[in-house]
Amino acid sequence: MGYVDHLLILVCIYIILSVSLNLITGYVGLLNLGHAAFFGIGAYASALLVKVVGVPWPAALVLGAILAGIAGLLIGIPCLRLRGDYLAIATLGFGEIIRAVMKNWTSLTRGPRGIPGIPKPELFGYAFTDNGAYLALSFVIMLLVVFIVWRMVASPFGRVLRAIREDEIGAMTLGKNIVKYKLIALSTGAFFAGIAGSLYAHYITFIDPSSFTLLETVLIVSMAVLGGLGSITGSVIGAVILILLPEPLRFLDLPSYVKAAMRQIIYSIILILLIIFRPEGLLGEGAMRTSTMRTSKVRAWLLRIQEKVMRYV
Amino acid sequence: MAIISQLIANGLIAGSIYALVALGYTMVYGILEFINFAHGEVLMIGAYIAYSLVVFVGLPIWLAMLLSMLLSAGIGIIIERLAYRPLRNANRLSPLITAIALSIFLQSVILLIYGADIRTFRTQEITKGHTILGAVITDHQLLIIATTITLMLVLYLFVTRTKLGTAMRAAADNRNLATMIGINTNRIIAIVFAIGSALAAAAGVLVGVEQNLEPTMGVTLGVKAFTAAVIGGIGNIYGAALGGLAIGLIENIGIWFIPSGYKDAIAFFILVIMLLFRPRGILGGKKEEDIRRA
Repeated sequence: MGYVDHLLILVCIYIILSVSLNLITGYVGLLNLGHAAFFGIGAYASALLVKVVGVPWPAALVLGAILAGIAGLLIGIPCLRLRGDYLAIATLGFGEIIRAVMKNWTSLTRGPRGIPGIPKPELFGYAFTDNGAYLALSFVIMLLVVFIVWRMVASPFGRVLRAIREDEIGAMTLGKNIVKYKLIALSTGAFFAGIAGSLYAHYITFIDPSSFTLLETVLIVSMAVLGGLGSITGSVIGAVILILLPEPLRFLDLPSYVKAAMRQIIYSIILILLIIFRPEGLLGEGAMRTSTMRTSKVRAWLLRIQEKVMRYV
Repeated sequence: MAIISQLIANGLIAGSIYALVALGYTMVYGILEFINFAHGEVLMIGAYIAYSLVVFVGLPIWLAMLLSMLLSAGIGIIIERLAYRPLRNANRLSPLITAIALSIFLQSVILLIYGADIRTFRTQEITKGHTILGAVITDHQLLIIATTITLMLVLYLFVTRTKLGTAMRAAADNRNLATMIGINTNRIIAIVFAIGSALAAAAGVLVGVEQNLEPTMGVTLGVKAFTAAVIGGIGNIYGAALGGLAIGLIENIGIWFIPSGYKDAIAFFILVIMLLFRPRGILGGKKEEDIRRA
């Protein structure tokens, strides 16, 4: 069942990514086009800390995530003064700068040749070399991240985030320091993306700058938009669908670049159609919601399931 | 001295291409106040169309360029009609997301059609360049500058001397007011997309003559051109031309001081700095409040 485990591990990693992006883009309404950079910072930092410095993996995971969080703060402090679409372009620029650093700081990152042979994680002397064990590990971490984000957005803190998204000036008149809230959301989201990065790096055991491009960010954005901005359940569903959807392509006998192109075509068409015809995705609220939105059967059904699940949490 | 003048020459050549592309960003932004992220992909497609016409059909390059500009203008109109017009009244982020998805879609389609190999349509022998003030400039590069100047002059005359150009400026100044006095703004928007796309295609061909074609060639060029538009003051046509030259010069002279691997990152850095400290750009485009929040 190695192949199914492999897919499920990827699903876990991308759930972390789409949920963390949703915290930034769905709840506070900041379109973050540099999410892959936070993912990459976590991956590189964790890989290098374990492989070169010899730090134990759990510490590297946390340090990598903290580094990604700090990167979120550093980009946030100047750029949160910008309006929505300029913020998006600035984060995109930031992502490209990070990638330029990965490519060019060859003494640290080996540049485009990437970092091979990243050790599998070890915890209390147990090495997660088997896919099944790695899946269990990623699943637990994913649950933890989803739980934390869920508690965050369900708390009064989360209500302020949504208030900022819906009406910034309104939130300001209530005495909320909106820049502070945005910074917390951005750096927390970046922190969790860093965790996903570490999980990815130690699972694939090889990373290079080409894994953290704008394409990666757009994939994560598609997951969050498909599931619905402002819905954690949505982000989880979005990640599951978009990881599994192009998988049948794997079994076609085509050159790999054709498959890669077809995957991107599938993702981009889904994203375009969603934004034009159903911007709130499957379960979304606010941000993208349009005035003409109707509650569809699928949405009602998903919401009912979500309610039932929540009763047990 | 020779090195400095060479760097300046390189900067001006690259800059004139950025300027052509920046015009498209700035004209669209002037009317719709939205960043047409897929503009760089129109450039890439323009280059590939010309490539196909030269290599498979055997047309001379100037004719291929003209046809590619025409076809790309059509593509620009279709993109606007299908991907952006349905979102004209949506929030600001929606068209930006479709634009990015669209650019990935177009890149992938070109990748499917032309494959992953790098293409090139350098048709002539590489000739020894002329030495001007210590800088070596090839015939191709002179051609790039001449074409750019010609196209800009045509655009200038169109915008200032024709009725349609006047209507375009009116729509950019105040879209609602322009509609009220009977200007068909939808038509103007289509024309703006057509002109911007044709200029981008021309830029794509000019890049293609000098460098290789790749499906991703539009991305970095697009961001640099967008930066150029911001430097000049987004929405301001003259600013775009000025900004293009500025960014070309800055990045080519910049590799004196920092490793050349970071050349592409310079534009992003300048973009962030400009947005933070002088969002209206050098010549001043749309109002500052539009760009900065609070």
